Amino acid sequence: MQQLINTLLIGVSIGSIYALMALALVLVWRSTRVVNFAQAGQAILSTYIAWEVVNRSGSFLMAFILAVAIGGLIGGLVESGLMRVLLKHANEGPVAAVAPVIATLGLLAVIRAVVGLIWTNEGKRFESPVSTAGFVIGDATLPFSRLNLLIIVTAAVVMIIFSIIFQKTNLGLALRAAAYNPEIARLSGVRVATTRTIGWIFAGAAGAVAGILVSPNDSLTPNSLDTLLVFGFVAAVIGGLESLIGAVVGGLVLGVGLSFVLIYLGTSLIFPTTFVVLVLILLLKPAGLFGAKGARSA
Amino acid sequence: MTLKVERLVVEHGAIRALDGISFEVDAGSLAAVIGSNGAGKTTLLRTISGLKDAKLGKIFWKDREITGMKPEDLVRRGLAHVSEGKSVIPELTVRENLSLGGIWRNNKSELEESIGEVINLFPRLGERMDQRADTLSGGERQMLAIGRALASKPELLLLDEPSLGLAPLVVEQIFETISQLCRQQGITIILVEQNAMGALAIADTGIIINLGVIVAQGDAGSLVADPALKSAYLGY
Repeated sequence: MQQLINTLLIGVSIGSIYALMALALVLVWRSTRVVNFAQAGQAILSTYIAWEVVNRSGSFLMAFILAVAIGGLIGGLVESGLMRVLLKHANEGPVAAVAPVIATLGLLAVIRAVVGLIWTNEGKRFESPVSTAGFVIGDATLPFSRLNLLIIVTAAVVMIIFSIIFQKTNLGLALRAAAYNPEIARLSGVRVATTRTIGWIFAGAAGAVAGILVSPNDSLTPNSLDTLLVFGFVAAVIGGLESLIGAVVGGLVLGVGLSFVLIYLGTSLIFPTTFVVLVLILLLKPAGLFGAKGARSA
Repeated sequence: MTLKVERLVVEHGAIRALDGISFEVDAGSLAAVIGSNGAGKTTLLRTISGLKDAKLGKIFWKDREITGMKPEDLVRRGLAHVSEGKSVIPELTVRENLSLGGIWRNNKSELEESIGEVINLFPRLGERMDQRADTLSGGERQMLAIGRALASKPELLLLDEPSLGLAPLVVEQIFETISQLCRQQGITIILVEQNAMGALAIADTGIIINLGVIVAQGDAGSLVADPALKSAYLGY
């Protein structure tokens, strides 16, 4: 029973990070219909900035706030400086679907190279701001640590903030309207181009939070968030790619599922399981758990 | 003169959808634009509201040229467009759709006031404020689409086939409301319709379009009374 609860808690912890990355991908997809492979690059750049600030100032909180703000800024710059220009010129035929994806892949490579040039490709140790030792209950030490708790709480706070913005504010209404029907949004006075940039800014910030949360106590390299990108995509697909709630549920389902695979079946089955889940979802429910009718949940 | 359209030419690729259209609409009047499918009626409204670019010609609104202006800027100048096919966002609730109409003003009390006015006009929407728009009937959706436009407090309302796909009784109600908006609230209205009789019955003036050109325009009553127009374009 205890192992079951532990597995569940660890799953929620890692699933929260997948959910944040999925959230970032969904925000971009909804605002511009672009599958953003560069999200891993944007997040790794933000994470390295956080690492640098932690090393220089010793303050994780300052590093976190600064890196998330810069993550948002990077997202906004990628949209306004690259994607907007690209989508304006390649807006018809097959190239319209392919060009943005290729561009984000290219950007991912460029950001990785730049990160490697600045910080080298050697693994960096990102110290955890809190203890990574498991909680002790009676004689037993749980695998669930303060870091896991911090991850869950931070991810939950970020999700609550997004939920309030999207459900309770005019900005959220404008973002949703622009995503669902840009023409009606424009006829209602929404500046759709601006909402797209804001969508990318939010995505950049969410991706940065995911990168910073997944990195402590691990080796930070220019490629170290690639796996997170894959899990984020799978979580987003499970959730239906359109729904923010779907992204969160998808991330948690995947995290908990993989946690059970890890504890009860072993590490080697993590990727095959992820692949099988992805294929099953695409075959049985191509619109995802929250696709089509459930896509309202924003 | 509130709205003035001068020699408007609009193209869809190689096809000329509007070929030198000119007309004027007086402030506070209701103009019906009649024509069959493909006549260019929808293109005309989309060009006035900034969704479509004009190739040639000019559009003036309250003595200022608005040709080429963006829809999001025209809303701020008092122009609202209810596009074809019950233009609501199905995934949003009734309240959210109405709020969207007044979102650009960024003033909560003004927005609540205009939503209240819409509910007075369409009490059924008031009973369904927290329902998703896709749970509404066709008539209710059309009311919501008009309500969304009214929430922006427009001076000029462009309505694209509001009667499309609705039951005769509902069409009657919608036409009555449109007439009321013009007569009681003084909103200038351009009503695009295939339902020629219904539209001309409530309109002050009529504009009959065929294949991108105006074939007749003038007082709605005299258009209805013209036997040649009746048989050729008004379909009865």
